[in-house]
Amino acid sequence: MSTYFNEMIERGAVRPPYARLQGWVDQMPAELRNLKQAEAEALFRRIGITFAVYGEGGDPDRLIPFDMFPRVFSAQEWFRLERGIKQRARALNAFLADVYDRGEIIRAGRIPGRLVYLNEAYEKAVAGIRPPKNVYSHIVGIDLVRTGPDEFFVLEDNCRTPSGVSYMLENREIMMRMFPELFSANRIQPVEAYPELLRRTLASVAPEKCTATEPNVVILTPGHFNSAYYEHSFLADMMGVELVEGQDLFVEGEFVWMRTTEGPRKVDVIYRRIDDAFLDPLCFRPDSMLGVPGLMDVYRSGGVSICSAPGAGVADDKAVYTFVPEMVRFYLGEEPILQNVPTWQCAKADECQYVMENLADLVVKEVHGSGGYGMLVGPKSTKEQIEAFRHKIEADPDNYIAQPTLALSTVPSFVEEGVAPRHVDLRPYCLVGERIELVPGGLTRVALREGSLVVNSSQGGGVKDTWVLAE
Amino acid sequence: MRLFVEHVTTYTYDQPVRGVVQSHRLLPTQCQNQLTHRWNVTVSDGMPGGSFRDGAGDTIQAWSVRGPVDRIEVRVTGEVTTTDQAGVLRGNREIIPPVAWLDETLPTRPDAALKELAAKAESPTALGLAHELSALIAGAIAYRPGATDAHTTAAEALALGEGVCQDHAHALIACARLRDLPARYVSGYLFTDSDGKPHEAAHAWAEVWIEGLGWVGFDPANACCPDERYIRLGCGMDATHAAPIRGTARGPGSESMEIAVAVAATQQ
Repeated sequence: MSTYFNEMIERGAVRPPYARLQGWVDQMPAELRNLKQAEAEALFRRIGITFAVYGEGGDPDRLIPFDMFPRVFSAQEWFRLERGIKQRARALNAFLADVYDRGEIIRAGRIPGRLVYLNEAYEKAVAGIRPPKNVYSHIVGIDLVRTGPDEFFVLEDNCRTPSGVSYMLENREIMMRMFPELFSANRIQPVEAYPELLRRTLASVAPEKCTATEPNVVILTPGHFNSAYYEHSFLADMMGVELVEGQDLFVEGEFVWMRTTEGPRKVDVIYRRIDDAFLDPLCFRPDSMLGVPGLMDVYRSGGVSICSAPGAGVADDKAVYTFVPEMVRFYLGEEPILQNVPTWQCAKADECQYVMENLADLVVKEVHGSGGYGMLVGPKSTKEQIEAFRHKIEADPDNYIAQPTLALSTVPSFVEEGVAPRHVDLRPYCLVGERIELVPGGLTRVALREGSLVVNSSQGGGVKDTWVLAE
Repeated sequence: MRLFVEHVTTYTYDQPVRGVVQSHRLLPTQCQNQLTHRWNVTVSDGMPGGSFRDGAGDTIQAWSVRGPVDRIEVRVTGEVTTTDQAGVLRGNREIIPPVAWLDETLPTRPDAALKELAAKAESPTALGLAHELSALIAGAIAYRPGATDAHTTAAEALALGEGVCQDHAHALIACARLRDLPARYVSGYLFTDSDGKPHEAAHAWAEVWIEGLGWVGFDPANACCPDERYIRLGCGMDATHAAPIRGTARGPGSESMEIAVAVAATQQ
């Protein structure tokens, strides 16, 4: 296991960003640690943050384990990450603006047309419609893993409505409450501006027909039974905007209106946390009870903004992912700062053959899957599991992609027996409106099971506070 | 041919509803096949909403009606000059690329019988294939009003062997896509002089993408390509997507709908 990059300890020495954490851990007796852990859990329970991360389903009332050992980036490390993340968010939005317009990248032969236009997430209904500021994905969650001091890879992009940001904020809040001394000993950049930056981002993409100086922004939720409902209400609270369900909104004339006790109030920007298919029964699924009839006509005629734009998902499809570096070169004329994980498409015969011959070494995922379900981690699987998966791929090769098993970095974590390295990933949340903003931080997920490379909460994953140090 | 259209759709609710929202695809396509002189759409007590041209070139106009209301009338009157373009749609401004119309939707999802039918066409050219498929479908699904309903799928209509223009169009779309020809559903009007055939003036057909020609209309129900008797309103993946009127009412009342369409002509 020594081949994994440990973000705190390198060749027996503590790496500089973690310098002040060594003493903190050394001086924490086991009893105090247990006490603090219990305190953290009680805090999480009290604020009610018990939803599944990233809409993975599962028991919505289950608490996601919080690991108190923070993950730390130096200012220099973050500087490069930030440039890479913003670059990628710009390229993804340029791609969306292109494929819903003339599709130059396809005409240029850089991406196969069928991959885009026959993609489940491609929405004909928004072709030719230009959203405000030409932004489609306003919150881009980019999942990153690290394999060395300077080696970061993008696992996947989330262009629709990435969740989990409330964990980033709450993890910080709770750490500050429990360990104030850490925050005076370390110069940690704050993340608390996120809700205000999100509100400003959303307000900056008000529709062309909006004349108000302060656009009316709302969050549209499927309702309290949704696994991320806590986050929807949390963000509405923090931004000071209304949290609404489809039934609270209606279309009349050229606009969308919200029912209030003082009568209808016009809505300018909808940060929707419901899927495209359920937005508007007149445009998408006729049986949807969650959406607002007529919403898409208002959107398409410039009466309301929808964030993310319907159809934004075509940029974060796992098969389209392969082409993101190409998007960076094509639209920005730059070399990608963040690398993709090499990916084999089982839809291609030669690549599928390679995958079949190397199943024991690869990670195989469903193209549209999420949450760590329906995937094969070759090195961690039995022969029987591998053979069973082989049949699944044979039956429907188009549905699978494969990637090498990455040597995910580790960060020390509190476990039963003390402190031990555990594998982590990172999801920063890039905001795209009139400007591109990124708060210094993100959500670190940690695979708390020893040796596990799967950080999903449904598979025994937890979360950590993520620090970016000031220079 | 100069065509006059009068198209009235009446919605009645058994108890007043709180409001109605509609999305109309009710304007003749702006293309060389037809020239619109006069076109008027009214909705009783209606408030016009936003309007825009979508990626297929259709003009969409939103409407809403504030309740309580128990009856709504959508009235379309207009006058169009059509020219025969041998079925080819010319000069329509659209941004959606043909390949996007290879996708399937529920009513056009092929089953074994549709696959078998689609495989029967043997022409070496795309245009030939489309003609052949259109003829095969006309032969396999007899025109019989009332045999199917709005929710019948192409596969069901083929199994039944009977249907109306909607079923013919869905079946042709399914078969064309199976042969890797992009295809779509078109809504419009058809002028039928007294040839004794019981065709409705509200009509639907299919368009198939023929490389080099563009979108070409096929009307299996009438065994022809759309000519000067046809007025094109808009298109979509299937009948639901291409519907001239999509709408919904707020409130518990149940809705009933009546449609009256008349298309008259003066020869020039």
